Amino acid sequence: MKLDLSLTVNGEAVSARIEPRMHLVDFLREVLDLTGSHAGCEHGVCGACSILVNGQMVRGCLMLAVQAEGAEVWTVEGLTETGAIAALQEAFVARNALQCGFCTPGMLVAAATLLKANPTPTREEIREGISGNYCRCTGYHAIIDAIEQAARA
Amino acid sequence: MNELSSVDRPNSYIGRSVPRPNAKRLVAGRGQYVDDLRLPRMVHVAFLRSPHAHARILSIDSTAAKAAPGVVRVVTGAEMAAVCTPWVGVLHHLKGLKSAPQHALVVDRACWQGEPVVAVVARTRAEAEDAVGLVEVAWQELPAAVDMEAALATGTPVIHPDLGDNLAFTREHVGGEPDACFADAESVVVQAVFHTGRHTGVCLEGRAILADYNPAEGRLTAYHSNQAPHMMQTVFAKHLGLREGDVRVVCRDVGGSYGIKVHVYPDEMATAALSKMLGRPVKFAADRMEGMVSDIHARDHRIAARAAVTKDGVITAMEIDDLTGIGPYSVYPRTSAVEGNQVVNLCGGPYGLRGYKARTTVVFQNKTPTCQYRAVGHPIATTVTEGLVDLAAEAIGMDPAEIRRRNLLADDVYPFRNLAGLAFEGLSHHACLTKLLAMMDYEGLKAERDALRAKGVYRGIGIASFIELTNPSPFMYGIGGARISAMDGATVRLDPDGSVAIASGVTEQGQGTEAMLAQIVAGAVGVDLSRVRVTTGDTETTPYGGGTWASRGAGIGGEAALQAGNALREQILVIAGAMLQAAPESLDVRGDAVVDRDTGAERLPLEELGRIVYFRGDTLPKDLPRELVATRHYTPKDYPFAFTNGAQASYLEVDVETGFVKLLRHWCVEDCGTVINPMLVDEQIRGGVVQGLGGALLEHCVYSPEGQLLTGSLADYLLPMSGEMPDIAVAHVETPTKESALGAKGAGEAGTAGAPAAVQNAINDALRPFGARVFAQPFTPARILPALGKI
Repeated sequence: MKLDLSLTVNGEAVSARIEPRMHLVDFLREVLDLTGSHAGCEHGVCGACSILVNGQMVRGCLMLAVQAEGAEVWTVEGLTETGAIAALQEAFVARNALQCGFCTPGMLVAAATLLKANPTPTREEIREGISGNYCRCTGYHAIIDAIEQAARA
Repeated sequence: MNELSSVDRPNSYIGRSVPRPNAKRLVAGRGQYVDDLRLPRMVHVAFLRSPHAHARILSIDSTAAKAAPGVVRVVTGAEMAAVCTPWVGVLHHLKGLKSAPQHALVVDRACWQGEPVVAVVARTRAEAEDAVGLVEVAWQELPAAVDMEAALATGTPVIHPDLGDNLAFTREHVGGEPDACFADAESVVVQAVFHTGRHTGVCLEGRAILADYNPAEGRLTAYHSNQAPHMMQTVFAKHLGLREGDVRVVCRDVGGSYGIKVHVYPDEMATAALSKMLGRPVKFAADRMEGMVSDIHARDHRIAARAAVTKDGVITAMEIDDLTGIGPYSVYPRTSAVEGNQVVNLCGGPYGLRGYKARTTVVFQNKTPTCQYRAVGHPIATTVTEGLVDLAAEAIGMDPAEIRRRNLLADDVYPFRNLAGLAFEGLSHHACLTKLLAMMDYEGLKAERDALRAKGVYRGIGIASFIELTNPSPFMYGIGGARISAMDGATVRLDPDGSVAIASGVTEQGQGTEAMLAQIVAGAVGVDLSRVRVTTGDTETTPYGGGTWASRGAGIGGEAALQAGNALREQILVIAGAMLQAAPESLDVRGDAVVDRDTGAERLPLEELGRIVYFRGDTLPKDLPRELVATRHYTPKDYPFAFTNGAQASYLEVDVETGFVKLLRHWCVEDCGTVINPMLVDEQIRGGVVQGLGGALLEHCVYSPEGQLLTGSLADYLLPMSGEMPDIAVAHVETPTKESALGAKGAGEAGTAGAPAAVQNAINDALRPFGARVFAQPFTPARILPALGKI
């Protein structure tokens, strides 16, 4: 069985006919070739698939694509092109707040979500704010530094 | 010519914290991990995995699976064995190590829960998984050998009857006079039984391979999430009946590896074989659940250990009895005996002992195979050694820092060969400890701890000194018969526009390998860093090499790049000399131009030199060499390994009511010789520390008595989160190796090597008022509360 799906992704209208069981992150990656969102655990723990749906941070592996009917979805690709997360990206590069880069797109979404709610977080608040996103390479210290730096910028 | 060292050259990038050139791509979501790649006619494979720890296949019925939508092929072990030959994970120099032939798919008997049994290939991964559910396997469950303590006991099933017993490997080493030291009536003997919990790497990008066999040319191209492409080229060729030259392995972005992605996995071999069978691209991307039961595990050790210490604080001897369970097979081709072997090699390493005795017993069991994971054996050896040192200090009433000062090898004793037989070229234990204690304000911290203790707040300070094996020579694997290169090459080329291209055999998984290579070569040639680009991870386009493991990237790959960069500069100067009618010795390359060596005055932009050489060679003297490309290789020869050292400290608080540990601060001082990019090195240390902290406090592969993994999802297997990790202060002492011009030693594993020991000692310091101690990792409330007598 397939269902029709229409939504907006990174500002572009998208229509597709998909299986209802397809997860949103798989739809973005496999149907739209938006491979910047990563499937790290596929059970909602690691945060590598974090994206914005109607302005809220969502785990792309815990939402079915058909649930995004009519929604406005933003992924790292679109957030990069609009410059929405440019300050964070610059700080992540300058501070080497990424190593393998697999968690980074989701981490940036989490960081942007945090800064939107709390533009001047303390280090502790940053640590809490991104605790839903695993990073296996950095040990987090540099990520905290980079978010702190971006918040000050 | 008076050759300036790479560090002294005017435009050197050595020692500078420049950002990584590849980071911009990754923050924009433009990485190319294997699962991001798509090829025409590509199909996907999913595996039926053994649900049992030990079971015989009675029959397999694939009828329904073959008829399922989208299914292209269903392959069983017998069919697979006709295409992919089995392998045996042994090395000659690990004397007596035995293992059984391992197949890509189970032929008749599964030996761990998660072992791949049947491969289903379909148009999509979802369809392949659907059809896996339709494969009917009739199993005969067999008694399993799960508990490593009972592996050699009578009545425990022998997993591979042809091997005679479940003993894979054992080694005992005796140095000096341990028995005399322990018999000394003036000495105090301390002892403990340590457990390091079985855990695994959990790369956020699961293992993945896209294998593309092209029958028209008889060649296999494997896009592989892997650290060692040349090693895999050999392995694929050997077991799929191809010539090495007909296999190309490409490693683009790798989403974490830490040693997990440097081994031969049956599902990945099966994927390559399926591509050969089908003549089309086949993709396998492990999901998290199957990764947890099929990625290698590590560090499943029980160590009974004791130390003798004189009343004035001289630690005279250590004795170590290590037992480790490695699963049912020794992993190919690096073997699963290396970790236990390293425990024998590394215990007591920082200290000048009079007696040392160590034994490891490596046994088979029906659990996921274990093998080398970041800092192989080091966190185990350091936990045991530093745990004993703190016990010794407590036994004689000496401060933990003071007993280390009295026993660490002196900084002027090198070169030195210790009782385990390790050769140290130059270490800096005392300099590191001194720096560490100053950084953490040791005396101030002790005062704070004591003041809080009076208020019922239980904080602890733990110190751990350690050694780390880096820059391995052929003594690591080559002498054992493995085709794993200890040599690495770099090719450096000047293009017509004056830019420089590097191709290197070492690989990038986020450590900053490519940044490190670019910095070294930019400085060696004399160009701006922005003019350098780097290719790694492709057996077709890079010089042969080992890849990145055992902290060898900078020390070995970096040295090859330095030599190649120097050679290119010499080539440039010979050509420039002819063009400018000047002696090459009077010229240099700086800032993208040929300059007068003495005055620095610009004589010729490299872009102009490139234009003449490539497009107007007619204007140059006929016999002038015009090579603008140089390849150099490097293998360490003077020492089997470049040992490094360092010291870490942890400051934490134990909630004695709940048993929870709160990490407050962590410090690490380490000595990796020449630091090429301080920021990247510090981040390697920090990331390594947190992986060590994960093993010490959270991560645990827990099994049921039947051999079922109980922590097989990230809901059950806990990883360090940002909210519970501390800030980590890092500093360095630099003792460059004299073996290379660069002087770099490895840094990637130091953090992991020392962190668990520092945490263990800090927890036991916090628990000291209660007379409680813990030595079994992970140090969870379930371990701490019983030690406190609370449960």
